Formats: sequence, structure tokens, C-alpha cells
Amino acid sequence: MHSFHLTIVLAPLAAAIIAGLFGRQIGRAGAHWITILGVGLSFVLSVLVLKNLYWDGGAAENYNLYTWAVSDGLRMEVGFLIDRLSALMMVVVTFVSLMVHIYTVGYMKDDAGYQRFFSYISLFTFSMLMLVMSNNFLQLFFGWEAVGLVSYLLIGFWYTKESAIFANLKAFLVNRVGDFGFILGIAGVVTFTNSLDYATVFANADSIAAQNIEIFAGTPWNAISVICILLFIGAMGKSAQAPLHVWLPDSMEGPTPISALIHAATMVTAGIFMVARMSPLFELSETALAVVIVIGAFTAFFMGLLGIVQNDIKRVIAYSTLSQLGYMTVALGASAYGAAIFHLMTHAFFKALLFLAAGSVIIALHHEQDIRKMGGLKKYLPITYWTALIGSLALIGFPGSAGFFSKDALIEAVRDSHWLGQGPIYWIAYLSVLLGVFVTALYSFRLFFLVFHGKERMDDEVKSHVHETPWVITAPLILLAIPSAIIGWFTIEPVLFGGFFGDAIVVTSAHDVLGRMGEEFHGSWNFLKHSFVAGPVFYLAAAGVFTAWFLYLKRPELPAKIATRFSAIYRLLEQKYYFDDLWIKGFAGGGRRIGQFLWTRGDEQLIDGVLVNGTANSVARLATTLRHLQTGYLYHYAFAMVIALTLFLGWLLWMH
Amino acid sequence: MAILFQTILFYCFAVFLIGAALGVILSRNPVHAVMFLVLAFFQSAVLWLLIEVEFLALVLVLVYVGAVMVLFLFVVMMLDIDVEQVKGGLTRYAPLGFAIAALMVFELVQVIWVRGRFASAAEGFVPLPEGYSNTEALGAVLYTEHVYAFEIAAVILLLAIVAAITLTMRKRPGLKLQNIAQQVAVKREDRVRLVKMESEKPE
Amino acid sequence: MIGLNHYLTLSAILFSLSVAGIFINRRNLILLLMCIELMLLAVNFNFVAFSRALGDETGQVFVFFILTVAAAEAAIGLAILVVLFRNRGSINVQELDSMKG
Repeated sequence: MHSFHLTIVLAPLAAAIIAGLFGRQIGRAGAHWITILGVGLSFVLSVLVLKNLYWDGGAAENYNLYTWAVSDGLRMEVGFLIDRLSALMMVVVTFVSLMVHIYTVGYMKDDAGYQRFFSYISLFTFSMLMLVMSNNFLQLFFGWEAVGLVSYLLIGFWYTKESAIFANLKAFLVNRVGDFGFILGIAGVVTFTNSLDYATVFANADSIAAQNIEIFAGTPWNAISVICILLFIGAMGKSAQAPLHVWLPDSMEGPTPISALIHAATMVTAGIFMVARMSPLFELSETALAVVIVIGAFTAFFMGLLGIVQNDIKRVIAYSTLSQLGYMTVALGASAYGAAIFHLMTHAFFKALLFLAAGSVIIALHHEQDIRKMGGLKKYLPITYWTALIGSLALIGFPGSAGFFSKDALIEAVRDSHWLGQGPIYWIAYLSVLLGVFVTALYSFRLFFLVFHGKERMDDEVKSHVHETPWVITAPLILLAIPSAIIGWFTIEPVLFGGFFGDAIVVTSAHDVLGRMGEEFHGSWNFLKHSFVAGPVFYLAAAGVFTAWFLYLKRPELPAKIATRFSAIYRLLEQKYYFDDLWIKGFAGGGRRIGQFLWTRGDEQLIDGVLVNGTANSVARLATTLRHLQTGYLYHYAFAMVIALTLFLGWLLWMH
Repeated sequence: MAILFQTILFYCFAVFLIGAALGVILSRNPVHAVMFLVLAFFQSAVLWLLIEVEFLALVLVLVYVGAVMVLFLFVVMMLDIDVEQVKGGLTRYAPLGFAIAALMVFELVQVIWVRGRFASAAEGFVPLPEGYSNTEALGAVLYTEHVYAFEIAAVILLLAIVAAITLTMRKRPGLKLQNIAQQVAVKREDRVRLVKMESEKPE
Repeated sequence: MIGLNHYLTLSAILFSLSVAGIFINRRNLILLLMCIELMLLAVNFNFVAFSRALGDETGQVFVFFILTVAAAEAAIGLAILVVLFRNRGSINVQELDSMKG
């Protein structure tokens, strides 16, 4: 099995290197074939690994491959921890990646950087696999940074585009903020356990929880809370949780396939995966869990609202991604790690599907992204239409779709998570996810209706060219639509309630909301029926779809009126709650002002002016004055000698 | 009686010595200054004779007055110094100079008379024994103990000769000199040329 | 009774006068050289007087060497003076200021 693991990781890496360094030699077809084969091999082997672990009852494996460095007893190793959690992630990552590879063949067909693009996405697959398969914090961090790097490269893939450069820089810098917290968290872990290895750290989790840390003198904080919150700050950066979410909408400047792969399905879920992986630590700190749930709830609801006012097709989906990531985070905070990972999986399928469908629309309309210039595309793009419909239904949680099972289970888990008590945090979280359902349905079907139904608002010239996209684009759509539609039916029971994750995820019995739900679970069909009567989720979703239909198909003139009627709120949404201003003008601008001040005042005036040049200048001034003493006349020097001699003699006589 | 006579002589020559020194520093004409310096050396030589340092007293007169001072005189006369320009010697520094000199004398007298180490210093020198030859005694140490320094002194003098000549020697352009070697080596062909001329014909 | 102190005092006066001479004479380099000779004479006075007071001829040997070196110094000093005069046409001390800072 070990050779399988190694091959899974190295196949995409090898493909990336070949496509990247020898792209010119192997040509365009060579580049896509080799990377597709590499990631396809990874996918097949990942499925085999998952099969071995689940159906054949194989044991989880945790082993080190290579000791990179040993420093003061701290071992830095490269190793794999292959349990059901990582195996599930591997399958999801490689599957979506494979789909995106195939899709890219069509999408990037005319692009000059074809080989470069394939090299990057294969490199991304390698990095993401390293991240999920890691058995220690250092390798996790390596993968974490590597996916960040590839994300940076891919957002700025069209590097001659001003906005793309701005966006990738922004993504990189915002992720730095998160990574700073993340590496501090890792440092905290090392401080308390002197180990980077997951197993060792988790075994010592109780001893960390028993200790306090004094960051500011006089205020002892619980060590595990500090560490967990720091690690979660890393997750906030990578998984785009408010207020570190600002980079994700801008990252849509990159090509659509990577929006699907990196900024919807896989990389942004790394934070969710990481917190789930760290469940033995997070379980010990209710403070950290409370932080997680509040951040998640905020992101889930408010970022969803932003999706309603966006007009760029990709940005709408990007805000939807933010909102769904918020859902997962809420589930993490509610200790329903399984529900979070389950939603991660289904979301990976249907969100990748939605992005690729959006890409298909964009390609069909010759790179038009504004939904106000679309409409009525149903008859031109039938395959895209139906797959997008399946994706949207999955997203809003239409009964029976994949999204329905994961989201319904997630919301129910939040509702039942009694450790929160019935305090404000509980209500914030619960109401956010509940109202979020309505918002999700509203923006999803606003998008759907505006794109595929209603009046055709394209130019006549564009209209004459619109036709269904080639099979390399539609095939991945169909392949993704299948799991989006049905995967929930037969995975909800094993993944959520069947103890699928085993030891990979640790939940204390007081927090074990999924366990309690499992006792009442009687099959997928009953779960489906139950949802109609148990809660308002279905009705909220239906209301959302109805509202979207009413506003955008029935009475298309209404939204503008509402926007003017509630202009203050509309403006707030349009400016994205001023988060960009906060970061760019507030923090970055403030930093620049401080830098400016230190530069002009501190460096130029104080250090250069007073200290460096000042020293030289004062020496020069002194010397200019003193040089007048050097008259050049010999007898003046003689006088000086004689006078000094007299003075010394006097001193010797009368003072000494 | 002899002691009183000695004292009188000392003060006499001391006053002349100081007077000569004042003459050196105050005279405007450099020739006068050299003459005053010669006088000062003579006074010093006498004062040294007074305390039985005969050899050095004579060397001072012979070497200093006879050689060095003559050299000074030569130089003063050789250089065509504008006496008028050199005059006006006493400058605004004169008061300062005399003040410093007075302060220095005062201090040195303090050192000598107040801080002096020898209790008998004011008593007068112990007379030398009968038959003592200053020259012989000096020669006895100079050629034994200090012979190395003596030889170095000889080298220094040689050096001074070479240096003085090197510094002052120059080739003057247009100076006509007789080259004997060339004169001796001259040949007939260099000087005599035989020409053939046709004899003049009568008209 | 004339003793060591008298001679030393006379030497001190002689020395101070030559110092004053260096102060006063600023027109003529030869006068400066003469003042230095006078100074050396004052020093020699001290050596001679101490040599007699201590009954040690080494002091007189020292004077002997000083005279030698002073003669050499005078010769070289005057040679320099001659060259200087030849080059600059003047031995005015106030014009010798090429060391001015």
C-alpha cells in the first residue's frame, strides 16, 4: 500500500515537472495527456486506497518516509497518515482535479500558456495531496503554503492583466495574515509538546489543555485555546472566513477551471479539513469552538447576502462558496466535524459543477461574465442548462440532492448541539444557517434565472455565435452532475452516522451531536421524509426560489426599485460591508503611512540626517573651524609647544 | 679672596652673556646678531673655564666661533637679504614672547631654588684635585666607554658634509668650464682642415 | 660662592631669552636658527654644571656630542636655507606657510 501512497503524490508532481519544464518539447497535446494521466492514476489509486480502508477493512496507516532534519530533539519528517478522513479527501481532490484537467482542454484551448496551466494545476494537485496526506504539522504547513503559492500563480495566470496581478497579490497577502496565525499555532504546539507529529501531539493534548500561557503578563490564557484559535486563524485565511475572506471574490480573476478546482472545491476547504484533522485539540477548548462557530455563522449568512447584488457570474458563485464554507465552519464549531467534511465533499462536487457550468457559459458567450448581458440561454446550451440546474438544486438543498443531505444534516447538527446551551452563540449560529438557506436559494436562482431564462439580453452579434460547448467541457459537467445529484443517498449513512472516520476525528461525548442524531436515523428515505416535517429548511429554500422567480422573471423591474428604496442597505452590500476598505485603506494604508512616516522622519531625517550625515557634517564643521588653527607658520607651532611647556611646568610646580 | 674674585667674575661674565643674548634676539641686522652670538659663545667659554671645564670651553671657541659662526656669517652675507625688509623685527608678539620668557624664568628659578634636590647646590663646586687634567679625563672616557657614539658622531658629520653639498650644489646654465680630458684627446683632424683652392689668376 | 644653582639659573635665563627670540623674530629664518644655537648653549650649560657638581665626566662627553650634532645641524640647516632662498627669493618666515590647513 505504501507504494500506492507515494505514487498518488508523485504522479501529479512528475506530470507537473514534465509539463512545466518540457512543455515546449511535448507540445500542447503532450502536456494535457501527461497531466491527465498523472492525476488519473492518482485518482484510481486513491479510490483503491479508500476501498481498502473502508470495504476491505484495512487499518489506518501512519508512517514516516524520510527524516528531513532533527534539531534539538525536534524531528522534522515527511510522512503519511492515511486514514478514512485523508482517503476521502484524496478521492475528492483527485476526482475534481481530474474533471478540471479534462475541462481545461476545452476551456484553455486558445490560450498561449496552455502547458504552463497544466503544469500549475498538476502541481496544485500534488500540493493538496501532500497537505491532506501529511502526518505532521510541518508537512501540513508545506502543503498549505504550496497550495497558496499555486493559487497565487493561477490567479495571476493572465499576468498581463492589471486586475489579475492585484488579485493575486491580494490573495497572497491576505493569506499571509492567516498563515502568520497558523505558524504561531504550530509554534505553540511545538512549544508544549516538542513534537510536530500528529499522533504525539494528540496524545499530549490533555497536558496542553492543563497548562496556561501568558502572552500579556497577568492574563493567563488556556494554552489549548490559544493554540486552537491561532490554528483557526490560519484556516480563516485559507478557507476565506470573514474578515480574511476578501481575497476569494477577487481570485475570480483567474481562469474558470482553477476557480472551480482551487477556489471552490479543494484548496479553500483545506482550512475545514485542517480543523477536522485537529479535532482532538479543538474538542478540548470550548472557547476556540465558540470562536469558530461565530466566525462561521457570520460568514455563512452575510457573505451569502452579498451574492444577491453581484452581477459577475463567477463572483456570485464565489460569494456562494464563502457562504458554504461558513456553513462548514459552523459545523466544525458545533463539533459536527463529520457533517462539515460531508458537506465539504458534496460541496466540492456541486460547486465545481457550478463553476464549470459558469465557465461553459462564459466560453459560449466569448468571455462575457456579466449576467445582465445574458438570459434565455436555456435553448442554446441544453447540457449546461441541465447540469447547472442540478448544481443549483444541490446548492440550495433540494430534497434528494447531495447538497440536501449534507446541508440538512449540518443544520440539524447545529440545532441539536446542546453544549452551546441556549445562549446567544447558539441562536446566532442556528439562525444564521437557517436564514442562510433562504439567501442561498435566492441568489442561486437569481443567477440561474438571469442566465438561462427570461429575455435574451446579449448583443445580436454574440447571439448569432452562441452554441453548446464541446464535449471536453460538457463531459466533466455531466460527470460532476451525477455525484451532485445522487451521492448523498448512499453516503450520508456511512459518512455521518456509521462511524466512518473512526479514530481520525475525535469528539467528546458531551459534544457528540452526530452520535445522537445517528440514533434517530433510519435510512436516507426516512431522512428525506423527515425533513419536510421536522424543520423550516425546505420551506425556506422554496421561498427563496419563489422570491427569485418573482423578482427576476415575473416582475424584473422590481429589484431596481428595491435597490433605490433601500439604498443604504444596497450600498452597504455593494461595497461588501467595506471590508476591502478596512484592509486596503485601513491596515495596508495605515501600514504605508507608518512606513512613510518612519521613512521620511525616522530614516531620512533622524538616522540619515542626524545620526549618519549629522555625524559626518559635525566632524566636517568642527574640522572647518579647527583648520584655521593650522596656519602653516612654523613659529605658530613652536609657540604652541612652548606655551604648553610653560603651562605644564606651572602645573607641575603649583598644582602637583 | 679668590672666592670673592671668582664670584665677581661670574656675575660680570653672566651679565655680559645675558646682554649678548639680548643682542642676538633684538638686533635688526643679522650681521650684528651673529656678532652678538659670537660674543655670547666667548662669555660662555669663559664661564666654563671658571668651573674648570677647559677642554669644552676651548672646543666651544674653536668649533663654534671658528667654524659654525663663520658659516653663519658667510650665509648671511651670501644671501642678499633686504635689511629694510627684515627690519621692523619686533612684532605684536613681542610682549607675549617676553611674558612667556619671564614666566619661564620664574618657573625654572622656582624649580632650581625651591625644589632643588641637592642640599649643597648653592655651596659651590668642589675644587678638582691637584694635577687633574680635564682633557685627559675626557679622553679617557670618550675613547673607551663612548667610542661607539664617537664613531657615530663622525658618521653624522660626514653625513652633514654630504648633505650640505648635495643640497646646495647646482649646475648653472651657461657656465664655461675647461674640460681637460677633451682637450688632451683632441686629434689633428678635429682641428685642421686642408682645403685646396685654385690660385688667383691675374686679371 | 658660585655653585650649581647659579649656573642653572643662568642657563634658565639664557634658554628663556632664546625662546623669547623665537617669538619675536618673524622676519628672518637665520635668526631663528641662531636662537636655536643659543638654546643649545643653555642646555650645554646645564650639562657642564651638573657634570661638575656630580664629578662625572659623562656630562661633558654629552656636551661634546651635542656640539658635534649642533655643528652638523647648523651646516644642514644653513644649506636648506640657501636652497630655500634660491627657490623662493626670501627667507621671510611669514611667507613660509605651505603647511596651512
